Amino acid sequence: MCVSVFLALLVFTAITVWVAGLDLGPLNTPVALGIAVTKGTLVVLFFMGVRWNTPLTKTVAISGFVWLLILFGITMGDYLTRGWLGVPGR
Amino acid sequence: MSTPTTTRHPKLQEHFYNMDQQLEASTLGMWVFLVTEVMFFGGLFMAYIVYRHMYPHAWVEASHELNWQLGGLNTMVLIVSSLTMALAVRAAMLSEKKQQVFYLLTTMALGTVFLVVKFFEYKAKFEHHLVPGPHFNPALEQGMQIFFSLYFMMTGIHAAHMVIGLGIMTYIVINAAKGTYNAEYYGPVEVAGLYWHFVDIVWIFLFPLLYLLGRHGA
Repeated sequence: MCVSVFLALLVFTAITVWVAGLDLGPLNTPVALGIAVTKGTLVVLFFMGVRWNTPLTKTVAISGFVWLLILFGITMGDYLTRGWLGVPGR
Repeated sequence: MSTPTTTRHPKLQEHFYNMDQQLEASTLGMWVFLVTEVMFFGGLFMAYIVYRHMYPHAWVEASHELNWQLGGLNTMVLIVSSLTMALAVRAAMLSEKKQQVFYLLTTMALGTVFLVVKFFEYKAKFEHHLVPGPHFNPALEQGMQIFFSLYFMMTGIHAAHMVIGLGIMTYIVINAAKGTYNAEYYGPVEVAGLYWHFVDIVWIFLFPLLYLLGRHGA
């Protein structure tokens, strides 16, 4: 099991390097992040064994990443929409 | 007053009922710490996103200066070290002392390889005047300067975590060699493993975001 997760991680690393050589336009970053998230999830679930942890530990582990998305979401919600209302000086 | 009906494991702390509960509490506690670590690195990733949004072209230009082959090599080194760490925890759970020590030492060796590669990367950056400070190339445009500041902050703090990780592993491997950990008591190996894997995950994100971004259409 450990070894198959390890091989999957190596394959995903190879894919991310290969894909980086192609120009997918606006998909460049989403593809790279998608692969990184997949790799991270594999490590969390199997190597860190969250898969076999209690519901409480699972909740705490997931909460960290949820808060991170709140941080990114609200901050970029500000930066990306600043020009929308045409207020002078943003 | 009452006499205990079962003997307590010598490693079982007074405030726990049994070894399972103790292990569960350690794992939960480590995850609470790792959540704070996620938020700590999260602040830097947030800064990365905001400035990349502001300076998209400078970001691509600056990323070209990084050596993606060395970054990729380090990615593989860390992935192998995560495998050996997972195998060390498994060996502890199976009370295999020799295997445990072997896998822990391999993990530490790979961690050291990572830091050596990082050292040569940083050295090249100093020679190219890409390090923020008195010898920073003044001709660099602002966006690229911010990229390199973030690059050194993010990879520097990541490297500091690797050094701390090696310190933790030294403690664990010494105790493992003494035969401290076995199927009944392996919490410290498990918790040290969680830390090591977390540091690996941070690198899994740093590698594409810093090194690979300049390669598109290059």
